[in-house]
Amino acid sequence: MALDADSENSKTGWQLGRLLTGPFAVVGRAAIGWVDNLGASAIFLLLAFLKIFRSKQMLKIVQQVYYIGARSTMIIVLVSFFTGMVLGLQSYHALVKFGAQGALGTLVALTLVRELGPVLTAIMIAARAGSAITAEIGIQRISEQIDALDTMRIDPLRYLVSPRITASIISFPLLTALFDLVGIIGGYVSGVLLLGANASTYVYRVQTSMELKDITDGLIKAVVFAVIVSTVCCYQGYFTHTRADGHGAKAVGLSTTSAVVLSCVLILVSDYIVTSLLI
Amino acid sequence: MENPLIEFKDVTKRFGARSVLERVNLQIYEGEVTTIIGLSGSGKSVLLKHIIGLLKPDEGTILFRGKPLSEMKKSESASNLAQISYMFQDNALFDSLTVYENIALPLKETTNLNKAEINSRVMARIEQTELEDAARKYPSELSGGMQKRAALARALVTDPRIVLFDEPTSGQDPVRKNAILGMIAQYQRKFGFTAILVSHEIPDVYFISNRILALYERSIVFQGSPEELENFDHPFKDEVIRSLEGLQNELTGLYSKRQFKVMHHVQLTQKTNGTTYCVAVFSLDDLDVIRMGVGHDAAQVAIRTLRITIDRHFGAIGGFSTRRHTNEFVTVLPYSNLTEAENILKDFVEDFQERGIHDVWAGARRQTESAGCVEFTLLAGIAQGQPVADIDSVIDAAKSQQKEIARLRCDGRRLSR
Repeated sequence: MALDADSENSKTGWQLGRLLTGPFAVVGRAAIGWVDNLGASAIFLLLAFLKIFRSKQMLKIVQQVYYIGARSTMIIVLVSFFTGMVLGLQSYHALVKFGAQGALGTLVALTLVRELGPVLTAIMIAARAGSAITAEIGIQRISEQIDALDTMRIDPLRYLVSPRITASIISFPLLTALFDLVGIIGGYVSGVLLLGANASTYVYRVQTSMELKDITDGLIKAVVFAVIVSTVCCYQGYFTHTRADGHGAKAVGLSTTSAVVLSCVLILVSDYIVTSLLI
Repeated sequence: MENPLIEFKDVTKRFGARSVLERVNLQIYEGEVTTIIGLSGSGKSVLLKHIIGLLKPDEGTILFRGKPLSEMKKSESASNLAQISYMFQDNALFDSLTVYENIALPLKETTNLNKAEINSRVMARIEQTELEDAARKYPSELSGGMQKRAALARALVTDPRIVLFDEPTSGQDPVRKNAILGMIAQYQRKFGFTAILVSHEIPDVYFISNRILALYERSIVFQGSPEELENFDHPFKDEVIRSLEGLQNELTGLYSKRQFKVMHHVQLTQKTNGTTYCVAVFSLDDLDVIRMGVGHDAAQVAIRTLRITIDRHFGAIGGFSTRRHTNEFVTVLPYSNLTEAENILKDFVEDFQERGIHDVWAGARRQTESAGCVEFTLLAGIAQGQPVADIDSVIDAAKSQQKEIARLRCDGRRLSR
């Protein structure tokens, strides 16, 4: 009887302990999972990066620059133009209250070059090309095409991942520069042509307020975002088959969603970190 | 016996708590066609993936030319694995690349061959696998059979020493299945590679295999020649081979070798001493030449039509037939002596020359667009046996008596006898 009572007490104590530590265990497991994934992604990036400089990569890189960069041009032009227009519109009405509409060019240019250009470009490419990268590599994984590369002695990291990372590093700064330029034009259209701000002042302010550091900082951010987006998207596709929450086509869908969400979050987090380091 | 090319020693593989391979021991010899048979989900593909290094064993050792893979330096292991090609069950063709680009991919990425040399090698494989019209198409635009041939062409383009075929005939119709097996056998003879197949196609794989490995309940329960498998006494035979043979019988209408032997035994043991029976052996000559002339599919249709003709003719008078080799059929006439059998064969020859040969050619012609000339020669021989005699010796005697009974020559679309 005494033994039974002891056993019952021990069981109750164990259950209570589990109840109290349960939430911490969940957080702990999630944290370990995150660190684990972060480490794996870093190794993945390093290995893929080292394989950029192998032979027979140039054509694949050029092809990927076309898919990731050139084919994103239209969407970047569209988004940047309207972003510039909205920025011009909002800023003009805010500045008019202080009689400072002359600073419109400064505000639009610096906001775009320092922040909105790199961030919105990266988010747009993550949504357009990043999702396609994850889906493509994910399908190649579940249909054994990546295993087929292994059996043909073709390194999948060299063949699939390295060209995409390199192409992103090339494309992101170029598209960011395009975003900045078209955004400034958009600000001109709304601020000057539609709302009547002084055209010469706008152009003069854009020219004089920007320093080389503003542009280089923006481009550094673009490179950081390129590495993050391409690594996250390739990684999610490459390891689609290891997902615990889905298999086959469902896993590809989940990986694609994860890739875009994670890319966007990491773009914003890293934006803050890089900005605080550069400022 | 010679040293094995690949050897598994007590190889065990688990996925989580599920054990797929349990202390597997096997040997694969150079230059042979080895077929691994077993039920679906029994771990055959997992076994193949260990050979090519896609999976590593949890326990046990895999030896390549007597040396454990796990103890090899990375470069040595890579150079050994570079001799192996793998044809995936679902082909694993790159769907964003054309058939030509798929076949050229291993050459482009792993060799320093120039563009012209790559093109010549790829086009040679495309022609051999009859994919000329599909070269610029994407895999999704091809039929299942063409995708298989594209995967086969890609597996062979690097001239590998070892080729692993993971269910090369899955999802194919009976004609196409035999065409693919015939293609593998022909290329294996031509290029001399070691072929390792995973297949359900019993008994068809027996005709092209030197060795059979039987995977049953996570272990290899049989290793040996197809003939030795006939005498293998194990639950595997009841559960796997007989069920697959039954399915095959329904599909082809022909008895399997084992069923044929049972029929022979039952029919002939009922006879009294002194009574005789006859065996006829039919062979379609120069099958490789026919394949090259009209293609694998057309050759397969010709064999199939020949089989139907033989079965129809001799089945009507109580005979029963089996396929002994890819191009060879054996018919037992249990109620005939030699004179009667010769008369029956004479009738068959007349019937075949009048009608059957046209059917064989017409069937083959439907499968090919090629207008090339081809020659079909049918040989036949008969021998008399007694119930006490071993059927194999009677078959051998009939084979030694074989002579030409029909020949078809075509010149483009015309044919002459």
